[in-house]
Amino acid sequence: MLANIWLIGPAVVAIVILMVIPLSMMAWISIQARSYGGGVHWGELTGDAWLRFVFERNLDDSLSWSFNYLSIILRSFWLSALTTVISLIVGFPTAFFMATRPLRWRTLLVFMVTLPFWTNLLVRNYAWILILRDHGTINGLLMSLGVIDRPLPLLHNEFAVAVGLVYSFLPFMVLPIYSSLEKIDLRLVEAAFDLYSGRWRALRHVILPLAKPGIIAGCILVFIPALGSYVTPELLGGGKTLMIGNLIGHQFGAARNWPFGAALGLFLLALVLIAMTAYALRTRRSGGTQ
Amino acid sequence: MSRRAAGDAKRWPGLALGAGFFFAYVYLPILILVALSFNENRVVTVWTGFTLDWYKLAFHNDAMLRAAENSLIIASVAAVSATILSTLAAVRMAQVRFTGQTAVNALVALPITVPEIVPAVATLMFFASLGVTLGLGTVILAHTVFCIPFAYLPIRARLEGMDRALAEAAGDLYASPRRAFFKITLPLMMPGILSGLVLAFIISLDDFVTTFFVGGAGSTTLPIYIFGLVRTGVTPEVNAISALMLLISIALVSLSLFLGRSEHRY
Amino acid sequence: MKYRKTSAWTGLASGVAALGMVVLSASGASADGELHLYNWSNYFPPELLEKFEKETGTKVTIDSYASEEDLLAKLQAGAGGYDVIFPGTTTLGVMVEQKLLEPINVKDMENFKNVLPAHQTIAGDEDRTYSAPYMWGTTGFTYLPSKVPGGKMEESWNAIFHPADELKGNIAMLNEMSDVWNAAAYDLGISKCTEDPAEAQKILDLLMGQKPYVKVYSNDGTIDRMVAGEVAVHMQWNGAAHRVKAKQPDAVYVYPKEGVTFWTDAMAVPKGAPDLDNAKAFINWMMEPENAAIASNYTGYSNAIKGSGEFLKEDLKNDPAVNTPEEYGDRLRPYQKCSEKSRDLRERVWTKLKS
Repeated sequence: MLANIWLIGPAVVAIVILMVIPLSMMAWISIQARSYGGGVHWGELTGDAWLRFVFERNLDDSLSWSFNYLSIILRSFWLSALTTVISLIVGFPTAFFMATRPLRWRTLLVFMVTLPFWTNLLVRNYAWILILRDHGTINGLLMSLGVIDRPLPLLHNEFAVAVGLVYSFLPFMVLPIYSSLEKIDLRLVEAAFDLYSGRWRALRHVILPLAKPGIIAGCILVFIPALGSYVTPELLGGGKTLMIGNLIGHQFGAARNWPFGAALGLFLLALVLIAMTAYALRTRRSGGTQ
Repeated sequence: MSRRAAGDAKRWPGLALGAGFFFAYVYLPILILVALSFNENRVVTVWTGFTLDWYKLAFHNDAMLRAAENSLIIASVAAVSATILSTLAAVRMAQVRFTGQTAVNALVALPITVPEIVPAVATLMFFASLGVTLGLGTVILAHTVFCIPFAYLPIRARLEGMDRALAEAAGDLYASPRRAFFKITLPLMMPGILSGLVLAFIISLDDFVTTFFVGGAGSTTLPIYIFGLVRTGVTPEVNAISALMLLISIALVSLSLFLGRSEHRY
Repeated sequence: MKYRKTSAWTGLASGVAALGMVVLSASGASADGELHLYNWSNYFPPELLEKFEKETGTKVTIDSYASEEDLLAKLQAGAGGYDVIFPGTTTLGVMVEQKLLEPINVKDMENFKNVLPAHQTIAGDEDRTYSAPYMWGTTGFTYLPSKVPGGKMEESWNAIFHPADELKGNIAMLNEMSDVWNAAAYDLGISKCTEDPAEAQKILDLLMGQKPYVKVYSNDGTIDRMVAGEVAVHMQWNGAAHRVKAKQPDAVYVYPKEGVTFWTDAMAVPKGAPDLDNAKAFINWMMEPENAAIASNYTGYSNAIKGSGEFLKEDLKNDPAVNTPEEYGDRLRPYQKCSEKSRDLRERVWTKLKS
């Protein structure tokens, strides 16, 4: 028990002080009355911020159902899910590739995966604009080859956002999978191949189970942060729709509605925690380790 | 193709292809970004001619250099601290079963479950209510905390399924727990630790929101500087500093590989 | 085999840690008597910093923010440590109201006499107790004649809210709630502080009608987008338009006849500033014509100081985007402080537009 305290304790204490306490403060803020200049009127309790999710005062001040915010939340979930799936499809073979290289290459590959991210998010997005725009790298190439005679609409749509988000989050998928696959014994795969006679079955019965913890970690590290992204949706998507990330940022900025921003953030937190707990309970029941 | 070759996982078709696609995807924008740092045009996305002027300007832009320095300090200290905390926690979590473990798992993931702005504003209020002076220190503390999940999850994923083997190996060798840890557990965890470290590092290096709110006078980082260019527009100076950052990272990686190699020669 | 690579990685980890330590110890603690400015990036000339340091012996540092709303939220949450901040008109009033600023009696300062009459008062700080003007600018739109039917656009918001067929999908707007709302209100002849839901509905309808033709809503990269010809028309700040013209000399900045918001970035001192005296001295110093001109030359925006004109670069003086021609003077609409109800309508329109 003492070891628990010394080993797990520091991380837990850090998170409790600098995450749990602040988030509890935000929970308290979410039920205060908003101050129109920003901030809150302390002590004036109200549930307005939470009602706002589904009710809205119409422009004429009558109360009615409104799904504006829910649709923003749903869209963000869809985009994050898409990002996660594509990252997995692109990331898994890469991680597998890395894990099967000779020892001296692996460390180098780990760095190579993250090297591009020493640059800035904004500049990376500008580079993508350059690649995807009407007379950009891709369209220019295709047109000079005569494959197409009119530029493909690659920029300012969901495709561009997906390309940009996947780009931003790929390392967070690749490296966890790599670190769980790296312990794989290639002889095991060979044996499995003999046993199951087929790559796909070997993949399913031997490699995937080994990679599973990494895949789960990767999906968490891609899906959840992608939910809060806002720079890429704006620059590559055209900023026509809000993502949950900018919606919340907007509440603390221009809209100056802190309680609503806090409520939105906590709502998201609750969704994610419920999903994670459900998953943990399910794997425990089915005998998995968690 | 012989059965043996077909079973060789290293040579599965699609593997090299997939990895090739990945690296092309990840590096194409970077090539363009570096190329543009030599672009004579003030406008970032229009090529007109070659110049080194942006590097000269970047070297004379004290505000930007200081921001880059701050970014590197914050990211190195926060990533290393977060990795140490995560490693300790992950080892213990893999060794034992205790009630409340699911809760600890959820707690560790907490920093990424809410869009940053929410804890960032609250953390600032918390620091302010304690009368803490804002600066690099507060930024490093906050970064360390939100880096924890990025370091912890890869390490934990690495340890998953290895728990039993570890204990057995240590027992077989009659090693003291400490010896077992340094001789067996730690080396086995290294790929996970390294992955966690570099992920924590890049997530900290690119952070804008938390840094902005919990920072004080003198703690402007590169992302804040670059996002603050809205009024006057981004110039290739920013590409130049990005290219320099890449150079630093390459130098650092080469150095560590070199050091690591010479270390185990004897 | 396994522990072999350990050494490589311990090497790396210790390398990174050592680097961190070295840099950490290298960046010493900040000395007293320093003046801490808090501003947009690249929005204050380094040579002016040096000039101030030389003339007064006070060391100056600058930190950056990326939106004035973020700045406001940060002060509200209790951040301190800055001596001079540069808030815009929309947040200045709130800061005054919420007592986030130090009363520094700018109007009694020696150089206040240099301030142009139009800027001697400002909504939210009518008596200039808290703030002095730094830069001011307008939010109109810029177009490339070569990409516009007939090579010319009407000087009206109508031209971008009801675009000609050729311009559909070729328009970019700022991603800024207030700027977009104001432009739509001017176009419809509605007060931008309207409290009438029916009028807000009209604004929403106008914006929704325009939305399919907008390529992008963004504040970042407006200059690039125009120079690269990605769009033909861009709602833009005038200083950005000035920079577009440096590369696309035929670009035109329009002051729409229905009205153009003019905004001011002020200089103010947040409560609890560590160095109040130097902050005041700095603000007074900035109201000297030569210093104001150096700032304008660097930022590409106008200042509000009489007599700074002679120190201005020629290209700034000659650019109607920066040096507003007199005949457009009556198109400029100052910032107005709107009621809570009106702000609420505005925000709901924005969310509906973007959901």
